[in-house]
Amino acid sequence: MMMLEGEALAISFGGVRAVAGVSLAVAPGELVGLIGPNGAGKTTLLRLLTGVLTPDTGRVRFEGRDVTRMPIHRRAQLGFALTHQIVRPFRDMTLLENVMVAAALEVTVHPWRALATVDARAARERSMALLERLGIADAADKSARSVPLGYLKRMQVARALALRPRLLMLDEPLAGLNYTEAARFADLIVELNEGGITIVLVEHNLGEVTRISQRLVVLHNGEVLAKGAPGPVMQRGDVREAYLGTSADAEAAHA
Amino acid sequence: MDYYLSVATFAALNAILALGLNLISGFCGQVSLGHAAFYGLGAYAAALCAVAGAPIWLSIPVGMLVAGVFGVITGFAALRVREDFLAIVTMGVGFLFLGVVRKQQWLGAEMGIARIPSPLDKWGYALLSIGAAIALLLLSLHIRRSWMGRAFGAVAQDEDAARSVGIDVAGYKITAFLLGTAAAGLAGGIYAHMTQLIVPDAFNFVQSVTILAMVVVGGIGSSWGVVAGAVLLTLMPEMFRFINDYKLLVYGGLLLVVMRFSPGGLAGLVFRLTGRRLA
Ligand SMILES: Nc1ncnc2c1ncn2[C@@H]1O[C@H](COP(=O)(O)OP(=O)(O)OP(=O)(O)O)[C@@H](O)[C@H]1O
Ligand SMILES: [Mg+2]
Repeated sequence: MMMLEGEALAISFGGVRAVAGVSLAVAPGELVGLIGPNGAGKTTLLRLLTGVLTPDTGRVRFEGRDVTRMPIHRRAQLGFALTHQIVRPFRDMTLLENVMVAAALEVTVHPWRALATVDARAARERSMALLERLGIADAADKSARSVPLGYLKRMQVARALALRPRLLMLDEPLAGLNYTEAARFADLIVELNEGGITIVLVEHNLGEVTRISQRLVVLHNGEVLAKGAPGPVMQRGDVREAYLGTSADAEAAHA
Repeated sequence: MDYYLSVATFAALNAILALGLNLISGFCGQVSLGHAAFYGLGAYAAALCAVAGAPIWLSIPVGMLVAGVFGVITGFAALRVREDFLAIVTMGVGFLFLGVVRKQQWLGAEMGIARIPSPLDKWGYALLSIGAAIALLLLSLHIRRSWMGRAFGAVAQDEDAARSVGIDVAGYKITAFLLGTAAAGLAGGIYAHMTQLIVPDAFNFVQSVTILAMVVVGGIGSSWGVVAGAVLLTLMPEMFRFINDYKLLVYGGLLLVVMRFSPGGLAGLVFRLTGRRLA
């Protein structure tokens, strides 16, 4: 059974067909990179898959189950986690508290159970371990307002991991990080994948995404242009052309 | 003595109203400018029950229930609108309540409901309302420490992030409205029995702004602060009678001043002076 399936997904905004009939399947254990030039529809596709947007047509299946209209929090409860492109911390909480909220999913899943529960030790311990794993335990008690972007990005991943997900969708996890930070973060993504979490990421950092992905899906004008192993995909003429736009003509003129 | 008892009773009723609004606005981050409507719903429901012969231990819970049911309905409406628009929706709920009550003969229209049975004496109402206020204060302090409080905080701070960590944002908002409006209904039920006469104007927009001012002056989100705000704003018009004629002006102005110069209210002031955060 596939971990995640999108079937003929389409959505338009006004007259713009942002995603125009995209199907893709992700097998358990895969690490898939979703790439494409600006405006290709990557973010929109990810939003359709994660439930931020509901498609005009098509469906989304998670472990065989139709989740097209399932709200995000229910998906998270099932093991389908996501991080936001623009970091979304709970600003009045510390980094540790941010992760704890996710770690207490079994309690917060029902308001009345949450009301009856004060004990936070288990969630605190597990969250601390996750912060350590992501290398930000030194800032555990710092307010989310006061730490740099790199910390918040890692906190978001820790927070998603606290849900014990089987599928993790990352929206531009490397954006805004410097060269070494990005490389280290990419290594961490591989490590998580090797630990058994299926990962789909949208990423503009082509160097890192081709290095770590087992498979690439290239979007262009809201459609799948190419898919396959990173090396061959990046060699394809149509992919280069889509990325470089008019520079193919420039090359021709040069020759 | 009677005078002091009735001031104490009103301070306690106001504390219940303010703590209820604090659950909705302070804990869960949902603005409400129509809290007095739920106070009124509780008062009218309890009054009707009592006039029909129900004992006080039944009429007051019915008032809470009616207020809570309408609170849940308002909560559902709150799910559909953006944050800034919620202020207008809840204000609308307040005007709708007044508009309906004023026109209904079976609710006494402008004359309200009179001769509501009053089984307790002044001491009885004082103890009942103070006891209820203490119970609600304890509940608020507990919620703050519990996972419900943390989930409320997550919803208040970032709804999208809350969803992505599995929190049922809609469920928590509705729970906050249920608890906060049922508390207002409790205050309304006690008030109806105590005064034996209720009129629509006791639950108007000025009353909603007054409750909001208690929460903001006390320090939104702080249970102790909110109780202090309620007591302070109950005593103020007692000491300075002229305030009664300019309530909207005075409380509206107070709201703006506090939000501009000390957004944390009294609780924020205590924090700045002592470094201690009031729960
Ligand atoms: N909410 C929206 N309303 C209107 N148009 C939208 C909306 N979201 C996306 N679009 C349009 O849909 C198309 C695809 O946008 P999308 O953001 O998915 O592209 P992208 O591949 O993520 O691009 P980038 O790499 O620049 O982030 C674009 O033409 C964009 O303008
Ligand atoms: Mg994008």
